[in-house]
Amino acid sequence: MSRIVKSDERVGIELIVNGERERVNVGPSRFLSDVLREDLGLTGLKVSCGMANCGACTVLVDGTPVYSCITLALDCEGRAITTIEGLSQDGELHPVQRAFVEYDALQCGFCTSGQILSMTALLEKNPAPTEEELRQAMSGNLCRCGAYVKILQAGMNVNR
Amino acid sequence: MPKLVKTKVENEGRVTEEYAWVEEPKTTPWDVEEELRVVGKPIARVDGVERVTGAAKYTTDIQLPRMVHGNYVRSPHPHARIVSIDTSEAEKIAGVRGIIHSKNIANFANVANIRFANHRDFFNDPVRFVGDEVAAVFADSMEIARAAAQKIRIEYELLPFVLDAEAAAQPDAPQLTQNGNLVDGKPSTYARGDVEKGFADAAVIVEGVFTTGAQVHSALETHSSVAEWDGKTMTIYESSQDVVGVQNRVAKLLNLDAARVRVIASYIGGAFGAKFGAGKFTLLGALMSNKLRRPVRFVLDRKGEQIAAGQRSATKQYLKLGAKKDGTLTAIQLTNYNNVGAYASWNPYTEGPARELYACENVQTTSYGVFTNTPPFAAFRAPGFVEGIFALEALMDELAAKLKMDPLALRMKNYSSVFPENGRGYTSNGLLDAYQEGARAIGWEEKKNGKRETRNEKRETRNGIRRGIGMASQIWYGAGAPPSFAIVKISTDASATILTATQDLGTGTKTILCQIAAEELGFPIERIDVEIADTQAGPFAGASGGSMTASSIGPAVREAAADARQQLTQIAATILKKRAKEIRIENGIVKTRDSEKSVAEILKEIDNMQILGHGSRNPNPSEYEIRTFGAQFVEVAVDVETGEVRVERVVASHDSGRILNPLTVSSQIEGGVLQSMGFALMEQRVLDANGASLNANLEGYHIPTIADTPKIETHMIDRADPLANNLGVKGVGEPPIIPTAGAIANAIYDAIGVRFYDAPITRDKVLDALERMERGD
Ligand code: FES
Ligand code: FES
Repeated sequence: MSRIVKSDERVGIELIVNGERERVNVGPSRFLSDVLREDLGLTGLKVSCGMANCGACTVLVDGTPVYSCITLALDCEGRAITTIEGLSQDGELHPVQRAFVEYDALQCGFCTSGQILSMTALLEKNPAPTEEELRQAMSGNLCRCGAYVKILQAGMNVNR
Repeated sequence: MPKLVKTKVENEGRVTEEYAWVEEPKTTPWDVEEELRVVGKPIARVDGVERVTGAAKYTTDIQLPRMVHGNYVRSPHPHARIVSIDTSEAEKIAGVRGIIHSKNIANFANVANIRFANHRDFFNDPVRFVGDEVAAVFADSMEIARAAAQKIRIEYELLPFVLDAEAAAQPDAPQLTQNGNLVDGKPSTYARGDVEKGFADAAVIVEGVFTTGAQVHSALETHSSVAEWDGKTMTIYESSQDVVGVQNRVAKLLNLDAARVRVIASYIGGAFGAKFGAGKFTLLGALMSNKLRRPVRFVLDRKGEQIAAGQRSATKQYLKLGAKKDGTLTAIQLTNYNNVGAYASWNPYTEGPARELYACENVQTTSYGVFTNTPPFAAFRAPGFVEGIFALEALMDELAAKLKMDPLALRMKNYSSVFPENGRGYTSNGLLDAYQEGARAIGWEEKKNGKRETRNEKRETRNGIRRGIGMASQIWYGAGAPPSFAIVKISTDASATILTATQDLGTGTKTILCQIAAEELGFPIERIDVEIADTQAGPFAGASGGSMTASSIGPAVREAAADARQQLTQIAATILKKRAKEIRIENGIVKTRDSEKSVAEILKEIDNMQILGHGSRNPNPSEYEIRTFGAQFVEVAVDVETGEVRVERVVASHDSGRILNPLTVSSQIEGGVLQSMGFALMEQRVLDANGASLNANLEGYHIPTIADTPKIETHMIDRADPLANNLGVKGVGEPPIIPTAGAIANAIYDAIGVRFYDAPITRDKVLDALERMERGD
């Protein structure tokens, strides 16, 4: 769906965020990451590079991982967005979250929401990935603390 | 009664004598053989759930009503005087709340209250590097702050500049400070024995000139601060390794009692040495918040983080070794230049390994910390030692080749069982064990020396790949020291809370503190809570750096828990009508010879009460040296077509005393190895001829990804060091980053027979070397 919005215009759109319908007012250059963090208070995603290099801002849009720091909010009108806050159900951790805790697949935790969402998306499509497939699917998510060894272990064991 | 004692405190190679206020110890060290219940077990992080659900709030997540945003204007020139700053156009923009720069800072603060190291001011004039802060703009939104920054007119008078450290150390170089271009005004020198004689006695001499690149911390959370003044208290949220340090700085600036400044660093998105003390942005934010009576958020953008928030300094090292035929080192001589950039308060200890690692009688080092018109230095995980080991261990390999000795055997030959600078003993030294364990685990004997036609011959190429193996040693500090204080409180519901103003950088501090308290109290770990990184909640604890957190605050927490346990035992004895020594507390159960009652049941008898245990860190023994040791062994595969080096496997064997938690320790080891691999193969800030960074982002500045990750095996020696402290623990944060890069370079040599003297060893360098080899030159 595309439409013309003037640069100083703000339009009301609806996003389905973690299953809830949310109305937000956005200008044409507003990024999804800012709408989620600033307007909706969903600060689990992080903006670390702001230019599609690190993956800390990863969220799922209709199940597909995207870098929310370069995704325009307007382009998400009516679409289903999953953030880390929406992953656990009724206080129960999602299996990927549980594996991250159990295998210590995080250190500072700043990259972690992005890592978990990327892995969740992969496992939806491919429940038993090889290590190589995991490496490929996760290579857009940087971790400066170097939790990668444990992330691989977590990924290999989520569905065991 | 507590007493005031003088004690030796070491941090990243800098040793000072300091006073410490210490109590009589309430514990004795756990025995080496002692079976512990919680300590030493692979327990998952106590704050893991917060970190995987997005509940953990980092500084950059703090949003407050009416928040003002700060943004820097940075210098486009490497060295320039500021002729004028015109902010009139910028101030006209609606939503701009203030602009601070060198010409008006005095209107905002009593700047004399705040001293920065080496003539650094809030805003330096002249500016000293491309990226130096010229002004800070505060506005209602980041967009407005950025737009306003564009409208500030600054007139510069360009000055001559110098980028290279060795050039800047020459007398005719452009001068950065009134005291010249050297940190401390002179090189730091060290000598023992007589190197000339040492070289004269040598059967073999090897020399090399090494360079290492500027490695940028690149923490995923940039430096950030949110200041909130409520008319009485200044609250600072800060991504910091050192909440008390920030508190003191801000209190001084605003002329407030320290108690009126509260600093919180609940979650920190990576630090690695660059987040000590208060940033200038912190102080500027606090000033503005104070003036505007609105919260101020000051978060560096990624570019600012990469160019102005610190780096491991680039080095140039002239190194020379001499040895007898049997491998005994007769002389080590090192002259090194550390490019500390525009500002630095100290000179990283690049010569440390040359001085401390080997038993060599004749050692001479000269280390220049040189100011240049490049981005400023900040401690980066084992500053100096990664660089120093890279050179020293490469040259040790060359020496081994010349002597036709196994490189590992050469190192073991020069092992020092005492501290070589003064002959004092170590509290513990597991270096030989680390060598042996690492060699066994990787299969050194077979892979390095077996089936090889002759040593130093090129490895065979199979499918365009040549494989090689290499190793390097590690020595580092990590003793920890006083002062550090903790409180452990027990409530009537039989839960306990640890309070201390230390930090958890992602290392797992909270988890090990809970383990220590659970062990000492005899409580289940689930009943232990921990409040750290808040100056209002916990007593003083030092900065988290220098691999000192566990070994500084851990013993204090054990002391506090012991105090609380003694009080609880007394209460239980009274209620149960027993003598205190008949009582044991295990897993939350108070046991006597003939009864078992839970702690909760006992405490139910008392309506309102609180047990407050307190503890402090006792001094280190003065008659010993404390060091951590280790060795790493790596296997690499070099693609001779593309020049790509893949690290396939790393075996890391380290002696850090007692291992408190093998799960989180292995995570730290893996992280250190990966950062060192980045240093060895890909990471380097690139500057153009004017000193402007060409890769100030995470696209051009490459850090390792999951695709690059080798198999990393952690083999801790795990032997308690009861002479060091009551836990028997030494630090583990920095040791793993120290040897990997050197071991990788040695493995590359083993694979293709080419020695690289310059890190990072990028693909183009490898290809170039292979081509030259092909051509036979
Ligand atoms: S913040 Fe979006 S990819 Fe880095
Ligand atoms: S855990 Fe720190 S960046 Fe990944």
